Amino acid sequence: MIRHFTLDGKKIPFREGQTIMEAAQDAGIYIPHLCYNPEFVPHGSCRVCTVKANGRIVASCTTPATEEMQVENETEELQGNRRELLQMLFVEGNHVCPGCEKSGACQLQAVAYYTGMLAPEFTYFYPMRTVDSSHPDVAIDYNRCILCELCVRASRDEDGKNIFSIDGRGINTHLTVNSASGKLGDTDFDVHDKAAQVCPVGAILPKHEGYNIPIGQRLYDRKPISVVGDVADHQEE
Amino acid sequence: MSAQTATELSDLLLKQWNRDPANLLQILIALQRDLNHIPNEAIRYLASELSLPQSVVEGVIGFYTFLHRQPRGHYDLLFSDNITDQMQGSRDRAQQLATALNVDLGATSEDLGLSLGYTSCIGMPDQGPAALINGKTLTRLSKERMDQIADLIKQQTPVDQWPEEFFTVEDNIRRRDILLDTVLDKGAALTSYLSQGPDKLLDEIERSGLRGRGGAGFKTALKWRFCREAKGEDPVVVCNADEGEPGTFKDRVLLQSYADRLIEGMTLCAAIIGASQGFIYLRGEYRYLLEPLQQELQKRRDSGLLGSTIQGHASLDFDIEIHLGAGAYICGEESALIESLEGKRGIPRIRPPFPVTQGYLGRPTVVNNVETFIAAAMIADNGADWFRSRGTSESTGTKLLSISGDCARPGIYEYPFGTSIQTILDDCDATNTQAVQVAGPAGMTLPASEFNRVIAFDDVPTGGSFMVFDHSRNMLEAVQNFADFFVHESCGFCTPCRVGTSLLKKRLEKVIAGHATGMDLEKMIEIGHLMKTSSHCGLGTTAANPILDTIEKFPLLYDERLKTTSFEPAFDLNKALDEAREITGRTDPGAYVEGGGV
Repeated sequence: MIRHFTLDGKKIPFREGQTIMEAAQDAGIYIPHLCYNPEFVPHGSCRVCTVKANGRIVASCTTPATEEMQVENETEELQGNRRELLQMLFVEGNHVCPGCEKSGACQLQAVAYYTGMLAPEFTYFYPMRTVDSSHPDVAIDYNRCILCELCVRASRDEDGKNIFSIDGRGINTHLTVNSASGKLGDTDFDVHDKAAQVCPVGAILPKHEGYNIPIGQRLYDRKPISVVGDVADHQEE
Repeated sequence: MSAQTATELSDLLLKQWNRDPANLLQILIALQRDLNHIPNEAIRYLASELSLPQSVVEGVIGFYTFLHRQPRGHYDLLFSDNITDQMQGSRDRAQQLATALNVDLGATSEDLGLSLGYTSCIGMPDQGPAALINGKTLTRLSKERMDQIADLIKQQTPVDQWPEEFFTVEDNIRRRDILLDTVLDKGAALTSYLSQGPDKLLDEIERSGLRGRGGAGFKTALKWRFCREAKGEDPVVVCNADEGEPGTFKDRVLLQSYADRLIEGMTLCAAIIGASQGFIYLRGEYRYLLEPLQQELQKRRDSGLLGSTIQGHASLDFDIEIHLGAGAYICGEESALIESLEGKRGIPRIRPPFPVTQGYLGRPTVVNNVETFIAAAMIADNGADWFRSRGTSESTGTKLLSISGDCARPGIYEYPFGTSIQTILDDCDATNTQAVQVAGPAGMTLPASEFNRVIAFDDVPTGGSFMVFDHSRNMLEAVQNFADFFVHESCGFCTPCRVGTSLLKKRLEKVIAGHATGMDLEKMIEIGHLMKTSSHCGLGTTAANPILDTIEKFPLLYDERLKTTSFEPAFDLNKALDEAREITGRTDPGAYVEGGGV
C-alpha cells in the first residue's frame, strides 16, 4: 500500500522509512537545502531545509514522513527563517561573491537568491581563516566553508580516506585535514575523489579551471536552483 | 616530558582501557592529568593504535574545554564563572590572585607554572566563590584564602599539600521531604524486585507517575519499558551525572552522600531491562567524587549487590563503570552524552532513532538523571502511593532544588511539586527579591509578579537550578553571563545555535554599551525565535530564553539603555579613527568625523 502525506496541499507518496526530503525529491518538489546530499547519510546541521510538519518546525532531511502528515514548505514564514539562516552563514564566514571563483555555481548563493535574501543584515564576523593551496590539483579556501561536512562524509564513507575532520567547538568549529602538517598536499587526496565533487560552496576548488565557464553562463545564472538542482549533481559533467 | 614518556604512558592507558576507541576520551583525560597537555606524540600513537585518523583524535581534544594541546601550568586554576560566583566576588578574587602573582588572567605563567582562567559553573554556588585547581574543587575563596593560595603557589607547594579545608564541599541540605527523609536499606529495592518481578514493578513505577528529574520530564516507567521491549541486544544503563546547568548542584550532593541509593536504582533498572553493563557519566568538574564513587561501587560488589550473581541470583549480573566528562555542557543532553561515552565529540544525535532503541554503541540504552534513579529505587521499596503522597497529579513526588544567589540560606531544598516560588523564597530567607532564574540559563526568568507560580512540569519545570537576584543586582549582567555561557557551550553543529548565540551576545553588548535602538531588540527577538524553533537540540532551542524572557518581562532593563534614534551604526567610524589620530598626533577638527559607520 502506498502511503501519502501532504506537502503545501499536494499529496505526496512515500515509502516506509523515507524522510520528508527524500519523498519530496522523488516527487520533483524542491526543498531548499545545503548539507543534504541524497548519496550520504543525512546530517541535519544547516537547518535550511526546515519545514513545518504537523505544526512543528523540523529538518525535512532527517524527519521521517508519516501517513497524513501535513507539511508546509513554501510559506513566507519558512522562507523568512531560511533567509535568516543563510544570512547567518554569510556573516559567519568570509563570502565575497563578486570575487569568488564559484560565483554563479555556488549553492549558498543560489539558495540565497531563491529565498529572496537581499543582504546579510547581521554584522560580519570577519574571521581570520586561511587558504590551503598545498595540493597540486585542489585548493581549500576555509573562508567559504559552511561546515556542511559533505566532504567529511564523502571522504569517510565513499573514498574511504578520512581526509577531512571537524575540530573545535561552537563558533570556533572548523574543518581540518588529516595530515601531520594539516595541509591537503600531505594527504593522498585526489581531484577525482568523491570528496572533491560535493562541496556546495567554493571551499574545495579544483585548480587550473578557474573561470573556464564565464560568469553569465554558470549553473545558476539562467535558471534557479529549484530547477537546476545541487552543485554536486553537475560536478562530473 | 619526553616523547618516549608520552608514548609509554599512552600505552599503559591503552591497556587499562582495553584498546577500545570508545574509551578514547577517558585516555585523553588521563594524559591531560599526567602531562598537563596531550602531546602530538601521544596523539599520533593513540590514532595509530586505535585505527583512528589523527585529525579525529585532535577533533575530540578540540571539543572539550579541559583538554589541551599546549601545556598548562602545573597549577591549572580555573575560577567558576557563573553569575552566582560573580555575585560572591569571584572576579575580584581572580584579579586579586593575578595581581599578587603578577600574571595575566587567561594566560600561563611559565615562571610559576601557573595557568589562570575562568570556567563554566562548577556546581558550588552555595559555597562560592569556587574554583578548580588541577581538577580539584576549591570552595569558599575568601580574600584571606586567596592570599594563602598566592603564597602556596609562590612557594611552589604541591596541591596535595594544601590545607584540607580548602577542598571541603558541604552538603548544605536545608529541607528534607520523603526522598531524603526516608531510609533505604541496602538492597531493599532489589529485594522488592525479586519478590515482585519486572512487570509488577514497572507497573508500580508507572503508577507512581515518576518523570525524569533532569528537566525534560519523560515518564521513567515508559522509558524503561521501551528499552525492555527494544529489539537490540545487550541493553545499557547510563546515569547522567553531567550536572552542568549553571546553578544546579543537587546531583553533586546525591553523588556525595547518597551514592549507594543511586547504584541501587541503576541496578534495579538493569534488572528490569536485562542490562549487564552500566555507566555513570560524571562531569569533569566533579572529579573529586571519582574515588569516593569507585569506593561505593566496590562496597556494593563486596556485599554481593553489584557484579555477577547479585544477591545470589545467577540471572542478575550487572556492573558499573565511571566515565568522566571534560568540560562540555552539551554532554548533559542524552544523545551527546552517549557520543561522549563512545569517546567522541559530544554532538547531539539525530532522533529517531532514540537511545532506548539505539543508544550506546547502537545498543538499547536508558539514560536517566541521578535523582531519577534514586526515586525509582525508593518507589520500588516504598510503593507508588508513598510517592504520590507528595506533589500534584501531573507532577508527582518531590523535587530537589539547588538554591543559590541572594538568600541567607543557600543549599539543597526538597519540596513537593506544586510548591510556590514565594514559599521557597521565604524558606531560604530571600528578601527584596527582584527575580528568580529557575532551571538555569536555559530555563525561565521570573519577576515578582510571577512568584505565585509553582514548581511543576506543567507550570515552572526545572532540573533543580534556582538562582535568586535581589534589587541590588543589574539583571542585564546576569543575562550577559548567560549569553556568554551559551556562546562557549554551543557545540557548533547547527547553524542557528552556532551563529545565533554569537549574534545575540554581540547585540546584547550593543545594548549594554548604550548603542542599541528598538530595531536591535526586534532583531534579537527574531534571532531568538529562529533559534527556538530551528535548532538541532535543546541547547539551541533554549539558549535565547534569558534574552527573550527579560525583553518581555523586564522591558525597562533594555528601554532605558536604548538610543532614541531609529538607526544606530554597529560600527563607530569616529572611534575607529582613534588609533590613526594617535599615530599622526592630529587633534584638529578635520581629524574627527560626525556620524558615519555601518
